[in-house]
Amino acid sequence: MARIVLTKPDIDRALTRIGHEIVESQRGRTGLIFLGIPTRGVFLARRLAEIVARIEPQEVAVGTLDVTMYRDDIQQKSTRATAPTDIPASGIDGTTVILVDDVLYSGRTVRAALDAITALGRPDVVRFAVLVDRGHRELPIRADFVGKNLPSALDERVNVSLTEVDGTDEVSIA
Amino acid sequence: MKHLISTRDLSRAEAIGLLDTTADMVEVRGRDVKKLPTLRGKTVANVFFEDSTRTRLSFEAAALALSADVSTLTAQGSSVSKGESLKDTLQTLEAMGADYIVLRHSHSGVAATVATSGWTDAHVINAGDGTHEHPTQALLDAFTMRSRLSGATARGAGLDGANVVIVGDIAHSRVARSNVWLLNTLGASVTLAAPKTLLPKDVTEWGVSTSLTLDEALDGDPDVVMTLRIQKERMSSGYFPSESEYSRFWGMTSDRSARLKDTAIVMHPGPMNRGLEIAGDVADSARSTVTEQVRNGVAARMAVLYTLTGVQS
Repeated sequence: MARIVLTKPDIDRALTRIGHEIVESQRGRTGLIFLGIPTRGVFLARRLAEIVARIEPQEVAVGTLDVTMYRDDIQQKSTRATAPTDIPASGIDGTTVILVDDVLYSGRTVRAALDAITALGRPDVVRFAVLVDRGHRELPIRADFVGKNLPSALDERVNVSLTEVDGTDEVSIA
Repeated sequence: MKHLISTRDLSRAEAIGLLDTTADMVEVRGRDVKKLPTLRGKTVANVFFEDSTRTRLSFEAAALALSADVSTLTAQGSSVSKGESLKDTLQTLEAMGADYIVLRHSHSGVAATVATSGWTDAHVINAGDGTHEHPTQALLDAFTMRSRLSGATARGAGLDGANVVIVGDIAHSRVARSNVWLLNTLGASVTLAAPKTLLPKDVTEWGVSTSLTLDEALDGDPDVVMTLRIQKERMSSGYFPSESEYSRFWGMTSDRSARLKDTAIVMHPGPMNRGLEIAGDVADSARSTVTEQVRNGVAARMAVLYTLTGVQS
């Protein structure tokens, strides 16, 4: 049985709070780029960028960062489809990059993302925002901004649905 | 997908997936740092029993861009010229730890034989076998067509409704065969234009139309005209009367290029015989995708190497 842990209003509130935390952590610095990790991180990145621009009017760039070719399990798993990487034309050098994903689990996706960023440029700061942190890290990685800490068992599945992809906003665990 | 031997083996979903990954690799090729760590520690053996410059260099560039190690073996200057058998050569490569074998051979069917022989556990990629197939060329061609014809909306799409004319020595062309199978899978309609002597005998089973002159094929208002290289060695074999006659009936001349609609493209897999199958000014025109094809070739081969890599399900 799937149990709903975040409803649409919960997700909206969590993202709004993260938006405020990001603005606060910027302390007036400019050059903010939200890089979403496909698939659902891309849409969360767009939402966060809008929220931040509303809180404090500023230039906020949004892009996507595909980490598929940087994963450490390419030889062990069946082939994953790649997704486009789309970085603002001005690049990421000297910016604050906020990586965005839907679920933080082993930390391996973030590790791959940090490698991918290194190949694209040298931001001043890289931070990580995630809608759900379900624990069970396999690497020394943590998120800077978390929508919801969700203790989970290893055999449970955390399912994030977003309107843009799935037609509805909801996080459930089964 | 463990090997890539023939475009006939690709489902539509697999083919489109390869084109989409090719698009992502094109983006990587445009970065300052062009290398991905994906195949670190893996070895790609380029085994070329037949001459090739661009295909070999393209596979090398693709393997290096994915951080693989590359060893290249050509028939000249290797034990093959001392009479070593194919099996012994491949088992030597296997023993040296080749994870991928990119194979070109003058005989049709060699790549399939190697893939099914049990001589090697490596992934086998057919880089051209006789007059049979050249699947990575077809993938880079299909990708080039899709990018030019559909632009930004190309992702996830096939080539449905595209009207493609392939002109030249179809009978002896592995490029034509691989293209026809792939284009059929992707939903394009293909017309082959060639003198009767250069059309394959079983062409009625290919699912294509045929024209005996290029002008007749161009009446169909194609989106793509793919010219094939006339192999000089065929010239003396009586397949057609003379170079000038070939050029007159089947060459992509400036006049014929002017007949095409604005968006139509002219392709050539290279190396070109300028003035024979394609006029120099057509090859250098905005319609021509010749250098784009070379550029896309590296990305397409990266996509193939990557796609073969995962655990087989």
